[in-house]
Amino acid sequence: MPEAGDDALEDLYREVILDHYKNPRHQGRIAGAGAVGVDLQNPTCGDEIHLSLRMEGGRIADLAFEGRGCSISMASASMMAEALRGKTLDEAVGVSAAFKGMLAGGPAAEDSLGDLVALAGVAQFPVRVKCATLAWNAMMRALGGQTHDADA
Amino acid sequence: MAIQIPAGTEAPGVLDPAALRPDFPILSRTVHGRPLVYLDNAATTQKPAAVIEAEADVYRRYNANVHRAIHTLGEEATAAYETARAKVAAFIGAPDPRGVVFLRNATEAINLVAWAWGRRRLRAGDEVLLTPMEHHSNLVPWQLVAAETGAKLRFIPLLPTGELDLAALDGLLNPRTRIVAVTAASNVLGTITPIAEICRAARAAGALCVVDAAQSVPHLPVDVGAIGCDFLAFSGHKMYGPLGIGVLWGRPGRLEETEPFLGGGEMILHVELERSTWNEIPYKFEAGTPNVAGAVGLAAAVDYLRAVGMGAVAAHEARLTEYALGVLRDLPGVAIYGPPAPRGALAAFNVEGVHPHDLAQFLDRDGVAVRAGHHCAQPLMRHLGVVATARASFALYNTTAEIDTLGGSILRAREFFHA
Repeated sequence: MPEAGDDALEDLYREVILDHYKNPRHQGRIAGAGAVGVDLQNPTCGDEIHLSLRMEGGRIADLAFEGRGCSISMASASMMAEALRGKTLDEAVGVSAAFKGMLAGGPAAEDSLGDLVALAGVAQFPVRVKCATLAWNAMMRALGGQTHDADA
Repeated sequence: MAIQIPAGTEAPGVLDPAALRPDFPILSRTVHGRPLVYLDNAATTQKPAAVIEAEADVYRRYNANVHRAIHTLGEEATAAYETARAKVAAFIGAPDPRGVVFLRNATEAINLVAWAWGRRRLRAGDEVLLTPMEHHSNLVPWQLVAAETGAKLRFIPLLPTGELDLAALDGLLNPRTRIVAVTAASNVLGTITPIAEICRAARAAGALCVVDAAQSVPHLPVDVGAIGCDFLAFSGHKMYGPLGIGVLWGRPGRLEETEPFLGGGEMILHVELERSTWNEIPYKFEAGTPNVAGAVGLAAAVDYLRAVGMGAVAAHEARLTEYALGVLRDLPGVAIYGPPAPRGALAAFNVEGVHPHDLAQFLDRDGVAVRAGHHCAQPLMRHLGVVATARASFALYNTTAEIDTLGGSILRAREFFHA
């Protein structure tokens, strides 16, 4: 099995990722009418996230997260929150598919993913893909309605 | 820094890791261009050439099914398999090789006891006494059996030091306590449990005593007679043996009264269409063609450990652990979990502001392999108030120089993540 090279570590931990890890955007819980929340864990490492969002007029009006996890999972959540605010459901699903495709070794579509392409290096570390997708899986569940009330 | 040998200790054969390292082919490989520093031994140890060769030799020279084939290969395979059983029995102080059941690993061994002994005997309201620091393998099987039988799980509490609160034991043991199942050494905290004392109390209360010895058999001299348990489970791959071979030792009387776990070939005496009778122990529990090469490889690991001497292994690992705890304590922002020495050959820790996953990823670039995660002990992680920890765990081939490499790499990781 080929080893990920020395450069791969710098690829994995781009400056923008470390920045989101240390200064996460959109932390918190969204409460109130129309808000949905999802708790999700990564069973391999115990990382946990609570993701909540509120749709308004067919768009993600607000999206926030709380969690404990590694830099990859938390930066991914922070960058996702930035990327998806204001997006329609279809657009959000599209970004999610493009993001997961990139982690599976597919192209890093900069026009749809923006800053998220910084996470492309994760593809070289299969064990870490689950870290990067934790928030996205929570978001998809929230959109899919497999949810509980954020106030509960 | 040189290895510090406590003054006045009788050297129970002092171990020189530099002399043993060439026995382990994998230790000469590099990772990302650096020498491998393998500190994930509590997950699985590396294998000496003698083990690799012994296993390969089965397939090269005498691969056959055991206890069935009436030909030379079959006889040689059977002899090697039964010799392996006797060696393993002697290694853990068991006078009767019939007490050694070859299974896949400690997990399967504990499941056997839980299902074949526990499920048949536990009644609603009966109690199984565990600890909060059990590996999932000595927790989840009991949860499953408790759900089937209506038995209750109870737990010997942990003190803030990470040691068991034995003062609570008397209050927990009662006539409903049917099983006490406890780890001999925690895979996270490194706590060495006073297992003989617990077994004595358990047996006095009329309970079956089951010991998860996966983290003790590779590191300390283990004697089932001195422990006084009914069952003892361990894995071959954590003691320099092959993957896929493990052991359940049971008191022969306890094994006799235990129903079969898996049905199939080898475990039967007489089979009719509607019913069967069982082979004698231990074959009653070895349904299907066993892992002969694994057992032979495990016996080679036992030979290796006996040649080095378990006293020497324990003393060397105690020095390494002490040294590692010192190195970690001297690093800024490092929290160490578990009791002070004497403790198992590992150190679970966290570096402030650096998630263990990120730490392990960074260390890997320096060739240093540690574990990061919940270590199959999620309830214990919650008890410690953490999601995960990093863990460095040691084996007979590790050196203090490797621990220095670990320390330096942790420092660089801290800088990298700007903690």
